[in-house]
Amino acid sequence: MPSLSYVAAVNRALRDEMARDERVCVLGEDVSQGITGLTKGLADVYGTGRVVDMPLSEQAFTSLATGAAIAGQRPVVEFQIPSLLYLVFEQIANQAHKFSLMTGGQASVPVTYLFPGSGSRSGMAGQHSDHPYSLLAHVGVKTAVPATPSDAYGLLLSAIREPDPVAVFAPTLLMGASEEIDDGDLAAVPLGSARVCREGTDVTVVAVGHLVPIALQVAAALAGEASIEVIDPRTVYPVDWETLGKSITRTGRLVVIDDSNRMCGFGSEIAATAVEEFGLTVPPMRLSRPDGAVIPYALNLDHALLPDAGGLVGAIRAVLR
Amino acid sequence: MRLIREFEEHCLEKALAGTIVGGIHPYIGQEAVAVGVSAHLRADDVITSTHRGHGHVLAKGADPKRALAELYGASTGLNRGRGGSMHAADVGLGIYGANGIVGAGAPIAVGAAWAARRAGHDDRVAVAFFGDGALSQGVVLEAFNMAALWSLPVLFVCENNGYATSLPVDRGLAGDPVRRAAGFGLTAAAVDGMDVEAVAEAAGQAVAACRTGAGPHFLECATYRFHGHHTVEHLMGTKYRDDDEVAGARARDPLTRQRARLAPEAADEVDAEIAALIAEAEAFASSSPGSDPRDALDYLYAGTVPARPGA
Repeated sequence: MPSLSYVAAVNRALRDEMARDERVCVLGEDVSQGITGLTKGLADVYGTGRVVDMPLSEQAFTSLATGAAIAGQRPVVEFQIPSLLYLVFEQIANQAHKFSLMTGGQASVPVTYLFPGSGSRSGMAGQHSDHPYSLLAHVGVKTAVPATPSDAYGLLLSAIREPDPVAVFAPTLLMGASEEIDDGDLAAVPLGSARVCREGTDVTVVAVGHLVPIALQVAAALAGEASIEVIDPRTVYPVDWETLGKSITRTGRLVVIDDSNRMCGFGSEIAATAVEEFGLTVPPMRLSRPDGAVIPYALNLDHALLPDAGGLVGAIRAVLR
Repeated sequence: MRLIREFEEHCLEKALAGTIVGGIHPYIGQEAVAVGVSAHLRADDVITSTHRGHGHVLAKGADPKRALAELYGASTGLNRGRGGSMHAADVGLGIYGANGIVGAGAPIAVGAAWAARRAGHDDRVAVAFFGDGALSQGVVLEAFNMAALWSLPVLFVCENNGYATSLPVDRGLAGDPVRRAAGFGLTAAAVDGMDVEAVAEAAGQAVAACRTGAGPHFLECATYRFHGHHTVEHLMGTKYRDDDEVAGARARDPLTRQRARLAPEAADEVDAEIAALIAEAEAFASSSPGSDPRDALDYLYAGTVPARPGA
């Protein structure tokens, strides 16, 4: 079976949607060259009128996309590093996201924000290592963190077709990942639909992005000890509460592992809702970065702050005790 | 201009009385800018506006009844009571909204112009209105750069009313606005923003040039607001301009100047027509139903997301 890489899947989704819908265009820095790999070759096919290199003006081109979307285009904006979200938070949270409600539904803003290389990049230090998807979930911007190439393809397709703004975070540690899949099997993945990656009966592990394969490895390694269900929410907003709720209610135990900072992070929300609504038999556990973490340069310090397999094993054992 | 003036006088009264919640940013004194520019705009042209947006919205053709209803929070309002004064919009008329963040509309206007070109509407123009304070916002300068790079049909209209809230322009802005815009490659000019015919003349040339592909233009309109930045200033007694300065500006009232150019009968006719429109708007707005609090988050998304309650 042919192999599809994560980067190729994103590229394929952009290519397919641009072929399907003339209104889809790609805006961002270095996109005609495809420096991140995601947009490579698109300018050769669709021209630099649709794959548009932007000046280093993130705030202006984020809102340019808003104006273009209101006027009928379907822009995909690529940001070279996830920390640029802090620079354009006004344009996404305060302008694009609020436009539909503030105008009483006169128009929506169908822009897709693409954040490749999100999370620690090993040695890229404080300003290139954040994984800020929880911020957008908090604001209410639809936000996907695909964990596999086929999900990257399918979620990006849905994001582009969605009438509202949607952010898609591509985790650094997955950019090199591959999956055995036929191109013909690629399909849109609805926003707000979780994937049960492994079925189990003793504990539910909810994992996001690059932590999904780690959770699956841990579940396999502990198979003799416990039956672990692994769920990938795929979109951190909206959350598929139905799928999560069924699993957590059945197992009665929950561990959430995500690469947010702990305070007000995605894991906090899953844990709180589980406590309120899903009948846990023991308190939930969260694995995340520390409160307010800034990733240091030295690799051992960088890795020390990230949730990992060892921590997950400990948390699973703790809720099983 | 008379419609904007009377609408705003009415709103001022209602804001101070508390009927309009949140107060307003009065445009009174600046009417010549919105009217002079909008005289050259078609329904399919796009504008983005400021906090002080009533004048732009009305000049671009929004229904005064629905504009007032919006300020009353009614479901019949332009934005179904979700936007109020600072976000009034009529997207169907190309009005992409007043905006609560200074300068935020400029790149949105650039996006609308870029989209129009992509869609083959080469003669469609986008106008970004903003104040002198917005010239200190990086995003506005980024928008200048992008519009000039791609020679987009955008008219940037700087309404220099002399104050960014309470900060005098010479304490907030280095250099000269026209030279600043020209530095980005925009065709830039200054005009007396208290004279509607002067604004219309300059804007007419700029809009026509934009339509024929001459690239972005910048127009600095020297104007003045007769009232405070926001109606809260009335309540707080804030004072940062001396009475002589305000009186001097009032002596150059664009409505008085334009009236002198009209036959008295024609001016009286306009007055009567506007008085009837305002009375009609008040009757419509004050008798319009409010919204159901259970529907407060309607329109948050165009696609379906069931929002969980906060409590």
